[in-house]
Amino acid sequence: MADNNRSLLSGNEAVARAALDAGVALGVGYPGTPSTEILETFAACGGKAQWSPNEKVALEVGIGVAFGGARALVTMKHVGVNVAADPLFTVAYSGCPGGLVIVTADDPGMASSQNEQDNRHYARAAGVPMFEPSDSQEAYDFTFAALALAEDFQTPVFLRLTTRICHSKTIVRRRAERRPENQAAFVRDVKSYVMIPAYARPAHVRMRARLAEIAHVSETSTVNRVDDGRPELGIITSGVAYMHAREACPSARILKLGLTYPLPIEKIRAFAESVDRCVVVEEGDPILVSDARSAGIAVEGKDEMYRFGELNVARVRRIIAGNTAPEPRPPAGKPPALCQGCPHRIAFQALKELDAIVSGDIGCYTLGVMPPFQSIDTCVCMGASIGVGLGLRHVLPAQQAKKVVSVIGDSTFIHSGLTGIAEMVYNPPRTGHVVVILDNATTAMTGLQEHPGTGRALNHEPARKMVLEDVIRAMGVEDVQVFNPHKEKDHVKTLFAEAMEREGLTVFIMRSPCVLAAKKIHQYDTANAAAAGE
Amino acid sequence: MSEVTSVVFAGLGGQGVLTASDIFADVVFEAGVDVKKSEIHGMSQRGGSVTTEVRFGDCVLSPMVPPGEADFLVVLESSQIENNQWTLKKGGVLLEPGMIDSARLENKKALNVAMLGLLSAKLDFAADVWSRVIAARVPERLREVNAAAFKLGAES
Repeated sequence: MADNNRSLLSGNEAVARAALDAGVALGVGYPGTPSTEILETFAACGGKAQWSPNEKVALEVGIGVAFGGARALVTMKHVGVNVAADPLFTVAYSGCPGGLVIVTADDPGMASSQNEQDNRHYARAAGVPMFEPSDSQEAYDFTFAALALAEDFQTPVFLRLTTRICHSKTIVRRRAERRPENQAAFVRDVKSYVMIPAYARPAHVRMRARLAEIAHVSETSTVNRVDDGRPELGIITSGVAYMHAREACPSARILKLGLTYPLPIEKIRAFAESVDRCVVVEEGDPILVSDARSAGIAVEGKDEMYRFGELNVARVRRIIAGNTAPEPRPPAGKPPALCQGCPHRIAFQALKELDAIVSGDIGCYTLGVMPPFQSIDTCVCMGASIGVGLGLRHVLPAQQAKKVVSVIGDSTFIHSGLTGIAEMVYNPPRTGHVVVILDNATTAMTGLQEHPGTGRALNHEPARKMVLEDVIRAMGVEDVQVFNPHKEKDHVKTLFAEAMEREGLTVFIMRSPCVLAAKKIHQYDTANAAAAGE
Repeated sequence: MSEVTSVVFAGLGGQGVLTASDIFADVVFEAGVDVKKSEIHGMSQRGGSVTTEVRFGDCVLSPMVPPGEADFLVVLESSQIENNQWTLKKGGVLLEPGMIDSARLENKKALNVAMLGLLSAKLDFAADVWSRVIAARVPERLREVNAAAFKLGAES
């Protein structure tokens, strides 16, 4: 029998479908692997979605939506939560009447990230409840559950996905009926929404009381359930690790946690007492095991070696067996490289020939560290190229300082490079500084997303275009040079060398579209021009 | 314990590895069998090694094929055989591009679909499901080319 509500969806697609079916008024975020497809899918199936310049702004917009009583879905990769942490910790105090769900897409194993931070820590640090689905069906169901919990308790809620949940396709059955959007209205509540110390002190107390109530929900909720099995081995687990554990230990009794903060401590205690041996199987940091032990529950954890990278069925078998022998390493594949014809290649060739000290950033161009260029010397986080480059300039001897160049992409520059320019203008190093913006007119690394500098919105329709050179000049940089790297190919090295020698502040904008995006950009612009002409 | 069949697809970015595994997962889904598909995005678009995994059976749990337990390894680029061989179980089946008569492959970009043809001959999914899913997944102007590539693989 055909079932029109059943389909094969990635976790990201499932969250997007749920957001649509659950009446989310606005989806907002910044692209980041493995989270990017959530908002793209949400927009493609009829939801209202938009890219913000960065995750902090995205969360703030989401907070506004929820203060207005509507439902908001805010999406980002794990490191994006670092950027959004400032509003996060305070909206956890305020609370909000509309459902505010923040998707954190973690990347254990670092398939496409600079670290493998475990964002379950943020739930505890900020006091924000967290759901963790184990497949796409749960990604769909838990999006509903998270929105409902958020509105029941007027608190933001995390939905924590990991790479394998985001990008694995599993079968999902959707609900037959769509929930209408909330009627948005602002109801003044100064003591909740204005976090001056006098109001924030009681708000913190209220937040802790709220979490205590949600802990009761966690104890009784069916998302924290026991899969019956033999009592010789009990496993406590969550997320995709649950799937690995069930496969690795088919006869074990398993406590599967879906609402993982606040934890159902009494349920965990009773479970541990019901089995002969109780092992916590968790991907990433030893968080569940520490929480259980600090509540006085005797559980086994995993060896430290399994803290690193993703888990899989084989690793779970080893954890259960207490096997700490070195693991076989799969043979290395072919590493990625900058595409043939990529305009970034021209910049890195020149920087290599100049033996520049390159303070790099996050994007495709980080591949400048790979052969044949090997011309990136530092890469920390989004926007860090400028600040780190300035720091180096301040302390290095002049001859070396003059060789420091910051390299950053267009989307990353808007995300968090603007404040770096403010710093550069405000506290210029004695030797000046050189910033190179590799403007390929897209957010290439994450799959060609729009940003405020492309002149198109998330759905590729026209938007006001932010002109980088105008902004940078207005911020006080006098020497801003814009050119097409393909056209100036033979002069790039000379231009860089002159700027490095001049000891002033120079920003180069090397503008040429990404070779993967050029055709699409042309199609969007043609379609938009045709629509404007009608 | 129910039987699960695991297939690993491997190749280089741009070869259509993701598309091949999407088509295969859709075929399994259309046939009414439980299926999970797993892949890693990101750097994969930049010409590096790409692998995806499809598992199917009565009830699939982990979306990832345990190391050394794949029943089939479908490789789209011969340089990628050596580094992926470890995923196969003992007695597992390797399908590689040398098995396709490339002179008869009209469009080299349809190699991914030709490799699906090879795989189809080893499995029990109906021909009409394959052709329907492939037609739905490829651009209209390339339907005939891909149908021919699939047939070539299935008969190789």
